[in-house]
Amino acid sequence: MNALIQNFFNSLALGGLYALIAVGYTMVYGILRLINFAHGDIFMMGTYFAFYAITLLLLPWWLGFLFAIFITGLLGYSIEKIAYRPLRNAPRISSLITAIGMSFFLESFAVVVFGGIPKSFNVYPKMFSDVIIIGKTRIPVLTFITIIVTVLLFLFLWWLLYKTKTGLAMRAISVDIPTTSLMGANVNNVISITFIVGSSFAAVAGILWAMKYPQVQPYMGFTPGLKAFVAAVIGGIGSIQGAIVGGFLLGFLEIMLVGFFPNLAGYRDVFAYVTLVIILMFRPTGIFKIYSEQKV
Amino acid sequence: MKKLSFKVNVMLTIVFLVGIYFFLANASIFGDYWSRIITLIAIYGIMAVSYTLVNGVTGIFSLGQAGFIAIGAYTSALLTLSIQQKQMSFFIQPLIWPLNSIQIGFLPATIIGGLVAAFFAFLIGYPSLRLTGDYFAIATLAFAEIIRILIQNFYGLTNGTLGLKGINSYTTVWWAWGWLFVTVIVVGSLKFSSYGRALRAISEDPMAAKVMGIDVFWHQMMAFVVSGFFAGISGSLYAHWITTLDPRPTSLGVMLTFYVLIMIVIGGLGSVSGAIIGAIFFAFVSQWLRMFESNVNLFGLTIPGVPGMSMLLLSVIFIFVMIFWRRGLMGKSELSWQNIYAFFKTRVGDENG
Repeated sequence: MNALIQNFFNSLALGGLYALIAVGYTMVYGILRLINFAHGDIFMMGTYFAFYAITLLLLPWWLGFLFAIFITGLLGYSIEKIAYRPLRNAPRISSLITAIGMSFFLESFAVVVFGGIPKSFNVYPKMFSDVIIIGKTRIPVLTFITIIVTVLLFLFLWWLLYKTKTGLAMRAISVDIPTTSLMGANVNNVISITFIVGSSFAAVAGILWAMKYPQVQPYMGFTPGLKAFVAAVIGGIGSIQGAIVGGFLLGFLEIMLVGFFPNLAGYRDVFAYVTLVIILMFRPTGIFKIYSEQKV
Repeated sequence: MKKLSFKVNVMLTIVFLVGIYFFLANASIFGDYWSRIITLIAIYGIMAVSYTLVNGVTGIFSLGQAGFIAIGAYTSALLTLSIQQKQMSFFIQPLIWPLNSIQIGFLPATIIGGLVAAFFAFLIGYPSLRLTGDYFAIATLAFAEIIRILIQNFYGLTNGTLGLKGINSYTTVWWAWGWLFVTVIVVGSLKFSSYGRALRAISEDPMAAKVMGIDVFWHQMMAFVVSGFFAGISGSLYAHWITTLDPRPTSLGVMLTFYVLIMIVIGGLGSVSGAIIGAIFFAFVSQWLRMFESNVNLFGLTIPGVPGMSMLLLSVIFIFVMIFWRRGLMGKSELSWQNIYAFFKTRVGDENG
């Protein structure tokens, strides 16, 4: 029973992290129909920015984290502007290849500038790694923080999408770009804001991730990135509710798999990818169906 | 424009092949290091040509190439490793039965490696090819990762994270370039056969191709399986070139797919000769840029080396090619004597042609 409660909280935290990353994928896909391959590496850059803001710029931890989130947002903005905007009207596969190139670039950049050796991410206050003991259940403080931060960010996202003009424009663009621009929305600005929001969310997820597995290294973004993409597909890529549900579902299934079958722990990534392939096979639109018509 | 006669074409080709032959026969005069690089160029060439058959000619975007390369590499290495070496390496879990007591030659092992990779290409292609566009790309990427993680966990078959050591370095210049020759002949004749025309029709518009009566699924499957076969061959050559194998993501994982993708994008998606030019470019540039990774002495000043610099510059080149020069060096066309002749003719500005 205790193990079950512990696993429940763990899966909420892990699922929240997947959901935070998945939102970035799904927002970009919803608007540009582009799989932003570099998203996992933006997540990785966010953790490095936090690490260096605190160790090199000697900022207090909370300011360092905010600084890293801001810089990562700027990074997402510039990636869109430099690499994706020139290819907006090119075939979709070209933008996908460019996104792969961008991912490769960010990884190599991290190897060159930050070094390829994993660094220990011990820049957060020590109270985060304390463990709260309720009865016989042991839950780290960080798990609670992750859950709270995730919920707050999703409330913010809901407010942005449904209560502001920008959000209205985002939702309109995901349906039809030319018509929205005729209605007087500045498409370029809205796409930039999408990238900034998505990248900042990835930075938050990255910082929480780096505190959980206290280590940063240049290739750390690949697996969480791919799995968050799986989460976005499970929920129905392009749908934000879908990404959140998919993230939590994936986190839940993964923790439960490892919890109940400990000897399968080495295969937890395989499990996520097999889920992806099955979903793509039988329900490619995911749980929340957005669109499926194909015009000839 | 004057058309070169058949006779001239054949003669130029023979001269070219003889030239390549003499170059390879004397490759050892460049020293051990460079003859290894010349071998590597051919291995990269096979990877790139087999990849361009799927991604360029057929126009379906796969990201699973590294998986097939890894399967070919592991299969052939397990077949050629000596029995003592296998007993020494597999100390966590002994190797399963038939493999632990056999050792066969390099050529059959390579062909078996290719066939096993082709079989996996069939297994993976069967469900994946029902998807289109970026969904297909992601599904193949997921399958390649699944293969890598399975290799990492099946200690009794692949020695898991410990990897395989002490593989005989059978891959000589001749093996590598010989297989490259076979690959180019097969993929080249496939591209210009009726099947190839069907594949190119599919790459232009799958729906229209279907309406014209082309069985899209099985044509794509054929290209995917042939590509998997040659990827397996290149994996075997690579294993016996590098002599150690391990399942890290940076060695036989998604990174390798990215490398091959860089080659074919620079060479031009869909061109066999472009793929080879891309492979040569990639091998040379990555070796040449390695000079930035060790300390350089320049007029008494020591510039400290930065590891990883070569990949950073290559990725910048890659993004530039994608943004400003999307057709790459060759586009979809091939290098032929006619095209070279036409190229020089226009450069010289001769009006009589």
